[in-house]
Amino acid sequence: MKLTELARVIEGTIHVGAEQTELLVDRAFAADLLSDVLALTEEQTALVTGMTNPQVMRVAEILNITAVILVRGKIPPPALLEYAEQLGVPLVSTKKTMFETCGLMYSNGVHPCRSKAVSEMQGHG
Amino acid sequence: MKYPIRAGDVEHGGSASARIKAELTAAGVDPITARRAGIVAFEGEMNLIVYSNDGGTLRVSVEPHAVYIEVEDNGPGIEDIDLAMTPGYSTAPDWATDLGFGAGMGLINMRKNSDHFEIHSHVGAGTKIQCWIHRPEPSPAKGQEGS
Amino acid sequence: MKLSQIAERLSLVPIVEANEPDAEVTGGYCGDLLSHVLSSARPGNLWVTIQHHTNVVAVAQVAGLSAIVIAEGRQPDEATQSRAREGGIALYSSSESTYEIAGRLHRLLSDPT
Repeated sequence: MKLTELARVIEGTIHVGAEQTELLVDRAFAADLLSDVLALTEEQTALVTGMTNPQVMRVAEILNITAVILVRGKIPPPALLEYAEQLGVPLVSTKKTMFETCGLMYSNGVHPCRSKAVSEMQGHG
Repeated sequence: MKYPIRAGDVEHGGSASARIKAELTAAGVDPITARRAGIVAFEGEMNLIVYSNDGGTLRVSVEPHAVYIEVEDNGPGIEDIDLAMTPGYSTAPDWATDLGFGAGMGLINMRKNSDHFEIHSHVGAGTKIQCWIHRPEPSPAKGQEGS
Repeated sequence: MKLSQIAERLSLVPIVEANEPDAEVTGGYCGDLLSHVLSSARPGNLWVTIQHHTNVVAVAQVAGLSAIVIAEGRQPDEATQSRAREGGIALYSSSESTYEIAGRLHRLLSDPT
């Protein structure tokens, strides 16, 4: 789904990236812990998180994350906004919980994406 | 009830609070108050584990109109209490954040779940946090209204 | 919807069985930051997380959560399992990601048919 449609569905505010009207979000991953996010294998994934420190953007840059969706009514601090602008990573925030946000995105066709942890797990007995 | 908490004892983190909540419930404290008290105790307990120099004590007492929880340690003390009470502000070490602690919400959660909250702290001396959680008024004669 | 029905529909692998498998699940909560769970999860919620250390059990007990689903195939150790058994907290495991479990659970709770 398009970023603007996603923002509408989750009753979110687009802080950075509103001009990217054609941006598609078709995969997502939800995590609060950056170490977990770093295990992502698939690029072009949106990140749903409650973490607001600037490291989130650094990770977004490294992993080519499509968009960062902040949940639980977190107001993006200035440092995060600035970083997002600089990197051109769309940033959306919503008052909804992570659970509800994931639920709404999933129902609207945004697929899950796997992390390395899962693929490695499947190799073990 | 008095619970000594050891600094760095992450493995047991939360176990005193879970026990406190269960004991409050067994003592007849209503579920909402017991839950609020559990949250206050948990955050206090984790603060002692993550931040205190050499542990501290969690004290809980049940009064007719309130549950009282006190968290005390001997150091290091909080330099700027207002800053410590800012949502998201955290001085948690990596080992704690890796486990999901240190989100910068602990003291706020304690205050939010207390009806009266006091915090006193001096660098080098220690911190004392006191929380009173009001119990609801007992309902009138049973059978008159549904819960 | 009952915890046991949800576990079946989502193919959750039980690690510590629920004391009350017929308990109604009031909703879902996802997150890995323990203070947030304490401040926002509602009693009876099913908690989906990748955290699998012993503290998650205490959090679930204090918050009155119905069960914990550990995502991405992470396995709680013996200490966590035994804490869960003692505390009456059901533990499930799923190989799916938090996002996927949340998505499916949300859909199930919105439309149980």
